Amino acid sequence: MTSRETLIYENSFPLEGGTFKNAGRVSARVKTLLKEMNLPREIIRRVAVITYEAEINICSYAEHGKIVLRVTPKFVTIEAIDEGQGIEDIELAMKEGYSTATEKIRRMGFGAGMGLSNMRRFSDTFRIISEIGKGTRLKMIILIDNGK
Amino acid sequence: MMRHHLQSVWLLILKKVDYALVLNISYANGYKEPRVTLQEVKEILDAEVIVGHDRLDLEIEKAGCADLMSDVLVFCTAGSLLLTGLTNSQIIYTADILDIAAIVIVRGKRLSPETIQLAEELQIPILTTKYILFETVGRLYSKGIVSCIEKVDETRDFS
Repeated sequence: MTSRETLIYENSFPLEGGTFKNAGRVSARVKTLLKEMNLPREIIRRVAVITYEAEINICSYAEHGKIVLRVTPKFVTIEAIDEGQGIEDIELAMKEGYSTATEKIRRMGFGAGMGLSNMRRFSDTFRIISEIGKGTRLKMIILIDNGK
Repeated sequence: MMRHHLQSVWLLILKKVDYALVLNISYANGYKEPRVTLQEVKEILDAEVIVGHDRLDLEIEKAGCADLMSDVLVFCTAGSLLLTGLTNSQIIYTADILDIAAIVIVRGKRLSPETIQLAEELQIPILTTKYILFETVGRLYSKGIVSCIEKVDETRDFS
């Protein structure tokens, strides 16, 4: 069976960067959707936290971006894709505490260099691809263990 | 008078037996942490209710505090109270994402109409208190509200 056949849900949520006014709205929507699908609470928490950090990142650093959510019976994937400035040194960016955030981002309670590491912490698979001047793509998979 | 006297004797015996043993029995019999309602939180903190006047019967067992939302996302648990000095809409989204029961804004800070509107929309009660964070935590802790988690698992390297 291909993953396409078992896909329960797929949607792409567009995001506008440069403003924090609605940063969090997509994540709140994603959380409600997953609750309606009756996924385990811990899975919903992990997906929602990842989506929220990704949303804050896109709103902080990119002009445009999107979050793509896919749900199958066995896993949830979250893709965060932006057309931002890209990340120069991924290894450094992944380090807890490292940040290039502006004062504006920090005033929101973010920008302390925790975003990417939180996304990695809460996902089972974490992949990051970035190109300077073009943008960044993150793909995270969360396995649903129904035995839990 | 007689009754009071008997109680004292009983306590003396308890002391002699073993407090730990008695406590263990209480836990085995389904002892639960004392719960405090949001109404009581309001009174303890001499707080003002900004959003959620109809939700003051909510029971609170745990709380977490941070002004860094990325830390709240990792360490705060569902059903807990979030204490913070931030006032922007991200605290509301953070609370919604974690199913946090209610938010207490410390140091007497006022919220923007947009933040209040968002909290109403997502149905997250908000209280504001003039107490500073340390005092707020101390007052709630002394009334039996405990931490979401006591310690982190590992040392985190920020060097």
